[in-house]
Amino acid sequence: MQLLESMRMKLNYRVVTFALAIIFGIFFSAPSLFQMQDGKKITLGLDLQGGLHMLLGVKTEEAVESRIKSIAASVKHFSERKDILIDTLNFDENGITITLLDKDDVKRIKSFLHEVKGAVVVAVDESISFTLSDEEIQNTQKQAISQAIETIRNRLDQFGLTEPIVARQGEEKILVQLAGIKTMEEEQRARELISRAAKLELMAVDEDRAARVYSMSENEAASYGDVILEDATNPKIKHLVREIPILDGGMLTDAHVGFDENNRPLISFSLNAEGAEIFGDFTGKNVGKHLAVVLDSKVYSAPVINERIGGGSGQISGNYTVMEAKDLAIALRSGSLMAPIYLMEKRSVGPSLGADSIKASMIALVGGFILVIIFMVVYYRMAGIIANIALISNLFIILAIMSLFGATLTLPGMAGIVLTVGMAVDANVIISERIRELLHEGKSINKAIEDGYANAMSAILDANITTLIAAVVLYAYGTGAIKGFAITISIGILASMLTAILGTHGIYQMLSKRIQKSKNNLLWFGIKG
Amino acid sequence: MEFFKYTKALGFMGKSKFTRSLSILLVLGSFAILATKGLNYGVDFAGGTIVQVKYESAAPIDEMREKLKSNTIFDGATITEFGSKEEVVIRMRTTTGDVVVDVGDVARETLGGTGEFEIRRVDIVGPKVGSELKEKGIMSMILAVIGILIYVAFRFEWRFAVASILALVHDVTIALGAIALVGLEVNLDALAALLTILGYSLNDTIIIFDRIRESVVKQRDSELSDIIDESITRTLARTTLTSLTTFFVVFTLFMFGGEIIHAFAFTLLVGIVIGTYSSIFVASPTLLLFGFDVKNYHVKLAQKAKREAEKERMRAQYESGVM
Repeated sequence: MQLLESMRMKLNYRVVTFALAIIFGIFFSAPSLFQMQDGKKITLGLDLQGGLHMLLGVKTEEAVESRIKSIAASVKHFSERKDILIDTLNFDENGITITLLDKDDVKRIKSFLHEVKGAVVVAVDESISFTLSDEEIQNTQKQAISQAIETIRNRLDQFGLTEPIVARQGEEKILVQLAGIKTMEEEQRARELISRAAKLELMAVDEDRAARVYSMSENEAASYGDVILEDATNPKIKHLVREIPILDGGMLTDAHVGFDENNRPLISFSLNAEGAEIFGDFTGKNVGKHLAVVLDSKVYSAPVINERIGGGSGQISGNYTVMEAKDLAIALRSGSLMAPIYLMEKRSVGPSLGADSIKASMIALVGGFILVIIFMVVYYRMAGIIANIALISNLFIILAIMSLFGATLTLPGMAGIVLTVGMAVDANVIISERIRELLHEGKSINKAIEDGYANAMSAILDANITTLIAAVVLYAYGTGAIKGFAITISIGILASMLTAILGTHGIYQMLSKRIQKSKNNLLWFGIKG
Repeated sequence: MEFFKYTKALGFMGKSKFTRSLSILLVLGSFAILATKGLNYGVDFAGGTIVQVKYESAAPIDEMREKLKSNTIFDGATITEFGSKEEVVIRMRTTTGDVVVDVGDVARETLGGTGEFEIRRVDIVGPKVGSELKEKGIMSMILAVIGILIYVAFRFEWRFAVASILALVHDVTIALGAIALVGLEVNLDALAALLTILGYSLNDTIIIFDRIRESVVKQRDSELSDIIDESITRTLARTTLTSLTTFFVVFTLFMFGGEIIHAFAFTLLVGIVIGTYSSIFVASPTLLLFGFDVKNYHVKLAQKAKREAEKERMRAQYESGVM
């Protein structure tokens, strides 16, 4: 205190607030600047640290189709149990038409279908058609998207990257952001995991016709209620299996990697109670026949059933590496995708490019900063130094606020900071020019400073608010990296108003006696007189 | 140091005939370039694919072209150098929707044997996303302009708002013209640059307008053109200084900021020059053109003050009545 008094300085609320702001700035920007362990830090955008950004779409129409097919499967199951004979069963884009041998059974099927939620039934003579109501279609589509988000999130959580982002964007897009991917190979592995349908089905082989599979067309197979599937290891090998599966992955409770007697990786899975019962019944009734283990429409194995398999567990063997088996187990565990997904937008940046971008923009930032600082001192002398104090604290405050909110710093965001440096001096320039003007008019130093700030105020406010309007719009409508630009610009504008209006004013007030005493306008404001 | 020491007002408005012709010429020229050459939309807006590849040594572009021909996925692909001899980008108008195997993966395999390389960036923007981004971009420009218009009309007067918007349109058109002229790719960052120009140019204009407003209030009997000349002259040091410092930093960004930030920095450089020019030679003369009347403004100010005083009186009465 004594020292301050001897220097004839006076503390005032402005300078105290400013000092607090600087302390705040340094304290909260330190964790980011020095990459400290503790404390909130700025997150680097994917363009700076490297990573994968994807917008995915869901082929919801396929979810609708499979919903229709699953209703058909239950109709079939129902009619088998009730001894209703189905003549034909046809799929088309409008729905499913079932033709029955006995006209009297139409009523029974109809009443069964009425129980099914969302089915719209039209019955004519001995055939009956059904489709889904618009509401049910919409629900199914919505469900397919939310289920895809849930599934992808579950899978990525187990993939081992830090903080994967999976979120809905708009009505029907899925945003996936993965930071910290090291290589393109790793990225591809992540993409494989995300997009894998992971639909496990246990299907009965059509023993009567299996021998003819190589000469059979798909249409012919369909007419028997069969499908032709490729073998997983050798696409040339074909299997003829019943179209309606015995079991699907919905009854799966767990899947993990195991090893066979030759130490090759395989996947063991367990079924829930219902699945175990169905599986037990089927294997008990079909000893000596083949059972196909089908994953994503490929047959992984088709072993002979030796005996009834109780307990509800099974294995999928294939020619995969341990890594592939692990990813597959993750995909199975986290459930299958109701509908396939496709790529709408992808941006992937390798870590080395990100590092290069950081380096380049740092050079620009530091270079531009030094230029401006030198220029201000040469032009304004002490007033320039005071402006520079504001400029530097401005930088700390921007970083501190960004750290505090955990904001993301992107490459355009870096450009925003560089630009803010250029624009932040503006307020100080406006004020200094006003002060000079008043000094030229012969006003006293105290009066010139006070009036200079007063006169400059409206210009600074109006100019900054209009820029802020543009920045806010940019934030609201911008996407990805551009949002980062809007954030740094907005914070920069607010910080520069604080440092210029409050901060430098406080410093002048603190020094006013000293300035008055020295009467050296050249030293303090860079002008003669 | 002092660039400009105010001695007397410089005759800016006297030159407004010449600068008006210059502005009209520049704007028309920009329109002509935009109409004939058009904007070179990058993947962000047009949709398409970009694969950025960096080699250990100079990129074997011819050999790469040869290799890419073997896969139809690269039909119509162009290969260009990107910032240095080692680095190239493969550009395509087409996109693939496959999540598992995308163009980057195919490129990695196809280019095998052309040397040591690393794929550093893969951008795929589907046509739907591209047109959405474009829509959003145009929307953001319009909204920003409307927001600014309302604010300036509220703080100043409608003629000031129209004049500043006219200057903005002038700046953005010329900046777009410059982008088209050098054939820069228009991506999201160019859009951000354009919006920054909006903000920046407006900054300049507002500072001068603020001075004009101040002088109008002080000098009831002066001619508007004299007031404008004086205001511009008095703010000239600030205008030059801020433009210079901003120009410095953007120039360093342009020089050292790397290839990715190049288009952004270029657009800003053009914008700073044009924005500074327009606030002096476009926005201010427009006030004259629209017949802003100093005396009329004073009448309005007096009326406004009277209304406020009336309101204040009523409130005082009301409050004292209640108490």
